[in-house]
Amino acid sequence: MASADVLETVASMRLAEYRDAAVVKEVPTRNGFGEGLVEAGKRNRNVLAICADLVESTRMEAFKKALPAQYIEIGVAEQMLVAMAAGLASVGKIPFIASYAMFNPGRSWEQVRTTMALNETNVKIAGAHAGVSVGPDGATHQAIEDIALMRVIPQMTVVVPCDAIQTKRATLAVAERFGPAYLRFAREKSAVVTTEATPFQIGKAQIFRDGGDVAVVACGILVYNALVAADELAKEDGIACTVVNNHTIKPMDEPAILAAARRCGTVVTVEEHQIHAGMGSRVAEILAQHYPVPIEFVGVRDRFGQSGDPVELIEHYGMGTAAIKEAVRTALKRK
Amino acid sequence: MESLSPARLTALRERANLVRQGIVRALASAGSGHSAGSLDMADVFAAFYGEILRHDPTRPDWEDRDRLLLSCGHIAPVRYSAMAYAGYFPVEELLTLRKFGTRLQGHPERVRLPAVETTSGPLGEGLAQGVGMALGAKLDEKEWRVYVVTSDAEHQCGLHWEAMMTAGKFELDNLTCVVDRNFIQIDGSTEDVMPLEPLANKYRSFNWEVFECNGNDVAEFVAVIEKAKAVRGKPQVVIAHTVPGKGVSYMEGDYTWHGKPPNREQADEALRQLEAERERIVAGNG
Ligand SMILES: Cc1ncc(C[n+]2csc(CCOP(=O)(O)OP(=O)(O)O)c2C)c(N)n1
Ligand SMILES: [Mg+2]
Repeated sequence: MASADVLETVASMRLAEYRDAAVVKEVPTRNGFGEGLVEAGKRNRNVLAICADLVESTRMEAFKKALPAQYIEIGVAEQMLVAMAAGLASVGKIPFIASYAMFNPGRSWEQVRTTMALNETNVKIAGAHAGVSVGPDGATHQAIEDIALMRVIPQMTVVVPCDAIQTKRATLAVAERFGPAYLRFAREKSAVVTTEATPFQIGKAQIFRDGGDVAVVACGILVYNALVAADELAKEDGIACTVVNNHTIKPMDEPAILAAARRCGTVVTVEEHQIHAGMGSRVAEILAQHYPVPIEFVGVRDRFGQSGDPVELIEHYGMGTAAIKEAVRTALKRK
Repeated sequence: MESLSPARLTALRERANLVRQGIVRALASAGSGHSAGSLDMADVFAAFYGEILRHDPTRPDWEDRDRLLLSCGHIAPVRYSAMAYAGYFPVEELLTLRKFGTRLQGHPERVRLPAVETTSGPLGEGLAQGVGMALGAKLDEKEWRVYVVTSDAEHQCGLHWEAMMTAGKFELDNLTCVVDRNFIQIDGSTEDVMPLEPLANKYRSFNWEVFECNGNDVAEFVAVIEKAKAVRGKPQVVIAHTVPGKGVSYMEGDYTWHGKPPNREQADEALRQLEAERERIVAGNG
């Protein structure tokens, strides 16, 4: 892959300043969802926002204020949330339904499969507070299986944007594309690595950094960690990484994954999710079938989360920059 | 039933007050967590651990203990605090709430702290498990009882109604459900978000015996549980009317305290108010 393909991002422009928090803006990805939703609702009055008693934390609040006639509150009833939305969709509405990822789609999975996906309805799930980075609420509230649950369902589009700007774009993109979709985002502030000028297309992975030694394929807020790790590896060990922002888990950008594997000959996947059946597993399926190369997986290793500080938990569960660097070195040795 | 002696009642009321102080200290130390519901259920939990339950803090795995389930796991601080004051673990451990490595997880976990009986936090799942336990006790002809504490908003979850129906079918008179009827949830009043009334009639029509009481009055709660225990052939519900944030003036009745902790200053003020109240209780004029 030629370096000309590298996207202009805050990441590529300011690599040197990377760890200087002062130059990297931090915004929760859920804020991008809130902004995108208001815009989607203004563009198309069939867009509805439906919430299950979490209007502030899912960032539906701005929509509720701006477009009250398009907002519906249904209380703590996530199965109702999905099935009712499927009904609304079948009469022409475009419902965005929001709760914590643990409960929607966690609790509502069969309703998602049958009423939303098998029915081919135009319902969009917003899964907030995904990952262990939810922090002190603990394991019951840390969805780290949701990508697996969603990517296994036919018809489903699954998007895990890398920052707040991209979450806004993804929200608008799923609103405009017909069909069931799952958008995943996080609670905590995270680095903004794209700019308003960075393009976004569902199903089109993005190269955020180019290098020939190891391809790091990441999604969600950990894309930032992957970029920092790549930067440090280049400086400390002279290891050159390609970093792919693999935001669409389904349909995954197979050509981009294969191209990165061909360029580097070894791959590390990075996600805030169980390593089983998540984004990395999908990458492995693609590579095992078409171009087998060694793969290392960064993610939660078949454990539950727990209470703690978000950063502490990311480190503890092996998703910090040190763990990514270690995985890259291992992948390189296995080449 | 024997009504509580004045000394016993004073002790329970003091216990409820201390449980509130424990909640405030734990939440302030954690820097996150749920204040309103935790504080409003302090009287109920003090009554459970101090008077109602058949339990032994030194033997949380005692087979014949009563089972107390907290279905609305977000108010874990009230349970942890009541357990600490009942002798399950040192009161100072409350300060580890929500911190890395603690047994006192943000939402209770049975594997880390077996005495909580079950893991909860995701709403609406407690009664169904309580039905399973009560049915198990019946199958084995056991004497112990099952109590399930629920929040009002979790009555919006479908599974809770499946459990209500099942408890009615099996005539589980060894099962008592307590509802924290504080009329608040995250997005506002329960009656605005998704109306629950007439809640008592709903339980009645599911073949439950219904009791209502002031959930912030220890004596009334203990008395109503005695009546519930005497019911035969039906599960019982106690709709406990509570004031969210009870005991801390600036939180009382304000739904925005559902999911936030007091900061240091607010905690100091809360502890001042509570300690003054404790002194009144002990002096016999509280
Ligand atoms: C299944 C599920 N959905 C959503 C949530 C998030 N949540 C936590 S508490 C709560 C409702 C709060 O109201 P209530 O249960 O009455 O508790 P109170 O505020 O009175 O303490 C919600 C929606 C959850 N814990 N579980
Ligand atoms: Mg309530």
